[in-house]
Amino acid sequence: MTGLLANIDWGDIAAATRDTLAMLAGSLLLTIIIGLPLGVALFLTAPRQAWASRAVHGVLSVVVNVLRSLPFIILLIVLIPVTLALVGTSLGVVGAIVPLVAGAAPFFARLVETALREVDRTTIEAVLATGATTRDLVLRALLPEALPGIIAAATVTAIALVSYTAMAGAVGAGGLGDLAIRYGYQRFQTDVMVVTVVLLIALVQLLQMLGDRLVRRFSRR
Amino acid sequence: MIVLDGVHKRFGPGGAAALAGVDLRIARGEVFGIIGRSGAGKSTLVRLLNGLERPTGGRVVVDGTDVAALDAAGLRALRARVGMVFQSFGLLSSATAAANIALPLRVARLPAAAVAARVTELLGLVGLTDHADKYPAQLSGGQKQRVGIARALATRPEVLLCDEATSALDPETTREVLALIAALNRDLGLTIVLITHEIDVVRQVCDRVAVLATGRVVENGPVADVVLDPQHAETRALLADAGEAATTALRFAGEVVRFTMHGAEVAAPVISRVARATGTDISILDGRIGALRDTPYGQLTLGLAGGDVAAARALLAAHGRVA
Repeated sequence: MTGLLANIDWGDIAAATRDTLAMLAGSLLLTIIIGLPLGVALFLTAPRQAWASRAVHGVLSVVVNVLRSLPFIILLIVLIPVTLALVGTSLGVVGAIVPLVAGAAPFFARLVETALREVDRTTIEAVLATGATTRDLVLRALLPEALPGIIAAATVTAIALVSYTAMAGAVGAGGLGDLAIRYGYQRFQTDVMVVTVVLLIALVQLLQMLGDRLVRRFSRR
Repeated sequence: MIVLDGVHKRFGPGGAAALAGVDLRIARGEVFGIIGRSGAGKSTLVRLLNGLERPTGGRVVVDGTDVAALDAAGLRALRARVGMVFQSFGLLSSATAAANIALPLRVARLPAAAVAARVTELLGLVGLTDHADKYPAQLSGGQKQRVGIARALATRPEVLLCDEATSALDPETTREVLALIAALNRDLGLTIVLITHEIDVVRQVCDRVAVLATGRVVENGPVADVVLDPQHAETRALLADAGEAATTALRFAGEVVRFTMHGAEVAAPVISRVARATGTDISILDGRIGALRDTPYGQLTLGLAGGDVAAARALLAAHGRVA
């Protein structure tokens, strides 16, 4: 095959795309499962909230800030022993998911906390005044009221994860980022670079559109 | 029904006192108004009654229960017996009118069928049957407050707390919502505590009123006494806010009296009779005829000149109060 896309092996591209999507789906799911309760805990332990506790809030805050202050490429390497201990390998899709979640869950948790803070203070008081437990408050008021904000947070996080998966590619995770670095950069195959970049852009666009649509679907204000 | 004994509330150590020694007795079945300017401590006071705030001193007793002594479960049980309505409604924007009204019932773990039946009943009670499936953003202010009232009533509480429930509403809607509150008091025997900064709200629905200024009750009594014969400067100032400034601007070359009627006398032709009987000319310098809850009242500033002024005063005094 000659011409514009001479170096492209569409089979490789398809496999890499699948790997990227698998990393994204797996890490996004785990990020939400870990980050959502963490965000709720950050909100509830803040001053004047139901579980107000300076100590707990302080510890959670520091953990979140530490994980967020490390550049992702550093986090990837620092976490290799942890990843090995947890899933037995630091390579491939499975090996990438641990650092991806460690990088994205604290980020998502902060966004969730911010979304919960946007919930009207009077509404929270009104719900408590009905005799609600903290569990009722979270499940019946805070999460439903903050749902559009939480979906927007998940969208932003998913897009951040796309760029993290590309970085993870540099340390053996595979996926489109790996392809771009190994062929597009190290072997000067510009056409591979262009195709992976186009696919990444398309993926981000798709995620943003989906997220925006869901936010609109659940907004009642 | 509600007893406050030397209640203090301070926010944070060394913070200013929001309440500085409040004593109040609110009887079962009455509409009790608490009026004051913003910052007087009204909102703090009403939040003590369902434990949204805890007093830093004194005792708050609601229906025999010492609110400050309750644990979390006790507090939740109390809150099911005390409904609350808010100035900015506090509705879930993500839930329909029906779902908002259902919230306290779901919180109380009622079976779904019982929730649905009670919600239908409540929607009828506040006149929103046709709006059950609308979200708050699709409702007018008055309709939102009706949802708020229905939610507050869902668990059949004995006490209803209204925190500036009409302050975000236009005058017409305010009258409707107040009429609804008065009807709830009459028909359900609800004890209602109503916080407001508007004396007109007190006039329209309250039986008794306490005037709150900088965390203290400065005047307290039946609405007719407090409104028609205010003793404290703060009360007079609140009345003046509503356009009832004492008339000092008019110069009158004669005797000026303030004449207050309350009840059936208001419709009687008192002034013309007094004028005819005593030969005194009577000028009306200022005045207001209105209603305190359902009882009419009139309060006039009269100028008396010529004829037998002393007799005119005495005759007026026979029909009302002269000051």
